[in-house]
Amino acid sequence: MIVRFNCNGSDVQVDTPPMARLLDVLREDLRLVGSKEGCGEGECGACTVRIDGAPVMSCLVPVAQVDGCRVQTIEGLGSPATHAVQTAMLMFGGAQCGICTPGICMSAAALLEENPHPTAEAVRVALAGNLCRCTGYQKVVDAVCGALAGGAS
Amino acid sequence: MVIGTSPPRRDGMDKLTGRSLYADDLRPSGVWYGATVRSSRAHARILGVRRAEGFDWSNVVLVTADDIPGLNVVSLMTDDQPVLADGIVRHVTEPIALVAAPTREHALAAAQHVVVEYEDLPALFDPLAAEGHELRIFGEDNVFKRIRIEHGVRTDATAHLIRGRYTTGLQEQLYIEPQSMLAELRADGGITLTGSMQCPYYIDRAVKRMLGHDRVNVAQAVTGGGFGGKEEYPSILACHATLLAIAARRPVKITYRRDEDLRATTKRHPAVIDLVTMVTARGQLLELHGRVWMDGGAYHTLSTVVLSRAMLHLQGPYRWPYASLHGTVVATHTPPNGAFRGFGAPQAQWAMERHMDRIARHMRLDPLVLRRENLFVHGDVSVTGQTLQNPGAFAVLEAAERAAAAPVNPKRVRPGVVGAEMRSGRGLALAWHGCGFTGNGEAKIRGKVALELRGRDVAVLSSSTDIGQGTETIFPMIVAQTLGIDMERVFNTAHDTGLVPDSGPTVASRTAMVVGGTCEKAAQRLLRHLRELHGEGDFDALAARAEAAGGLVRVEETYEVNTNVEWNPDTYQGDAYPCYGWSCVIVDLRVDLDTGEVLYDRVVTATDVGKALSPVLAAGQIEGGTLQALGWATQEEVVLDKQGCMRNDRLTNYIIPTALDGPEMITELVEIPYEGGPFGAKGIGEIPMDAPAAAVAQAIEAACGAVLDSLPMTPERVFAAMEAR
Repeated sequence: MIVRFNCNGSDVQVDTPPMARLLDVLREDLRLVGSKEGCGEGECGACTVRIDGAPVMSCLVPVAQVDGCRVQTIEGLGSPATHAVQTAMLMFGGAQCGICTPGICMSAAALLEENPHPTAEAVRVALAGNLCRCTGYQKVVDAVCGALAGGAS
Repeated sequence: MVIGTSPPRRDGMDKLTGRSLYADDLRPSGVWYGATVRSSRAHARILGVRRAEGFDWSNVVLVTADDIPGLNVVSLMTDDQPVLADGIVRHVTEPIALVAAPTREHALAAAQHVVVEYEDLPALFDPLAAEGHELRIFGEDNVFKRIRIEHGVRTDATAHLIRGRYTTGLQEQLYIEPQSMLAELRADGGITLTGSMQCPYYIDRAVKRMLGHDRVNVAQAVTGGGFGGKEEYPSILACHATLLAIAARRPVKITYRRDEDLRATTKRHPAVIDLVTMVTARGQLLELHGRVWMDGGAYHTLSTVVLSRAMLHLQGPYRWPYASLHGTVVATHTPPNGAFRGFGAPQAQWAMERHMDRIARHMRLDPLVLRRENLFVHGDVSVTGQTLQNPGAFAVLEAAERAAAAPVNPKRVRPGVVGAEMRSGRGLALAWHGCGFTGNGEAKIRGKVALELRGRDVAVLSSSTDIGQGTETIFPMIVAQTLGIDMERVFNTAHDTGLVPDSGPTVASRTAMVVGGTCEKAAQRLLRHLRELHGEGDFDALAARAEAAGGLVRVEETYEVNTNVEWNPDTYQGDAYPCYGWSCVIVDLRVDLDTGEVLYDRVVTATDVGKALSPVLAAGQIEGGTLQALGWATQEEVVLDKQGCMRNDRLTNYIIPTALDGPEMITELVEIPYEGGPFGAKGIGEIPMDAPAAAVAQAIEAACGAVLDSLPMTPERVFAAMEAR
């Protein structure tokens, strides 16, 4: 079927089986490879994108579901200007190997829109679906807490 | 002065914006996808491999052991592991055949339609029964390696005998990026491999020996975590992708699905450790008798070295006037175990720290007093006869105690289950960790680094990969500092064996200390070289003259070993490591008395890092390693079926810590410089794995009285231990 959605501000249409995973459509058809596959079953969060603003694991979403939606990927988060959470993650050392990083940025950006000055506990709750094996999360939490606090600059 | 500051990591913004290309992001034109046909049996004779009827095989290539042009061996230490099983399978998930097809789904479907006929053979799963068993897996007696350490003189003082057994289970590295490798045919008939890896030269050698020719180069893609899991294992994917690319005459990529990655790849070696000690009534340690068994799985991989590191760390950071240690790593019909951060030392020190608590319990001593009484001080001698210079045991203990004196921040404390009855506890543990390769390892490897002038900038050529720890940032910092120039003018080149010298593998907490040290020496050599060519002046003046003169300016530096007493690998006596890192961990946690679940509130670590080249990167290593250790302590359990296959092969049931599981971390960096490291730096990658589990066990004991001597301390086990009080 033809699926039409807005991806990172541009209208796109894809001819695809309706049950194709959004993650595959993004990576294979649209060549947006910033969203990563860590488990393929919605546990690791490396494939997190935002659909109409909400953070979602794109490996669990049949592409037909995003017809008519706004989809934002990591490529769209930092464009045209770097998002505050990206800058903060850089300054606080919240990214190491980087494979979980796009997903963490998407979840964190969604949190910061709702709650610009979250507590550490709120950040940990919001990121509980994004597994990271490198950082131990402390610097990620510090970065998200500090992103809009002026601590990043 | 850039050393000691924390500039943003070089690869940071690319990773944060999704621009970094990992192996599975690469899609050269015409690429096919590979899949692996694996054994469903632990031990069997292969009677036949054939294509099932009724499947369209027209667009599929199939490869078996018969298609291997050179040696059917995954070259590492011992030539016992085949690239593809030839006649016999020795563990479940062992690769038997390979397929490639235009899409991943097509390849996976084809792999399922390859029929393997087996004649089952009896299999051995218990490592304690494997040694000398009539069923042969490896060598004459199924023993990959035995190690004995004898040191000191036995006591005739009156002493208490205390014995205990401590065990640890399998642990998966669980890099978030699954294993992935791309093989492409070169115009000269050779092969280029690009993939997720720690050690490009391991793969280079393995593929060359399998092919029987040298037209091979290996390049690292951006790599999504390793933790040892991408030390030796990627050689297998590389050999497989190479065979498929040759058969398909096109690029072939293999990316494991998570379940396949969990079932097939290496894990941390399980261990059973018996300790018998003699201790005076005052708590002075006199004698240590240790017996260590490790399960290596069906093939050797790096098991002998893992056992070695376990034996060398078994004494913990304590003085033992007499020690008799005996270790064995045996073969079983299970998937091979391999490198994992800590490399045997975490298992050994889990046992020692638990045993210290047992001694304290038995003697009615304060566990901390017992430790203080016996901690290494300057001039003490280890069980290998190494005299310790400025050991940092007391320094990290005091730093951790200072930091832990602050009350746990109540805002950061998770509430736990509403209405649950919780008990709080605090635990402390200490560890040491030998930095770099054991004994004469570095002398054998002779790791190299090259520097080249590119215009007036400097390129660093090494095979040391960045797997998240920050090598792309640390090496330029070291070189820039040594040359006295801005860090922006120094950069690492691609880690491609066709372009860079062999710096040795990215393992053993050696990259910043050993290869970074070689970077420093190389920068000094570059300055000398430029002065010989172009007279006196600072680097800027010299580089300008060199640029005007044209031509390649390149220097190469080889690591020089710096130890006082030569290592004897037969007696296990001498300087085991060039230096040691030291760590103290203080855990605050609560135990749910209804479920046995452990909630972490705060973890304080103090670690002697020699010199924090970049404090943010150093703390990042320690915090990440600490949480990985907390996962090993209470959450991560590999469950095997009757064939030795991992049953919980998904992230829904192999549970690693989330942001909610993770505690607040306070990370103290203690700097006791090592004169052989760059600016005093020591290795730090592995030491955070060593002490946390034992600190957790002590804290659980303090909270609820449950005594646990086996890992992981899952809620079920904690609950059972509470019941057994």
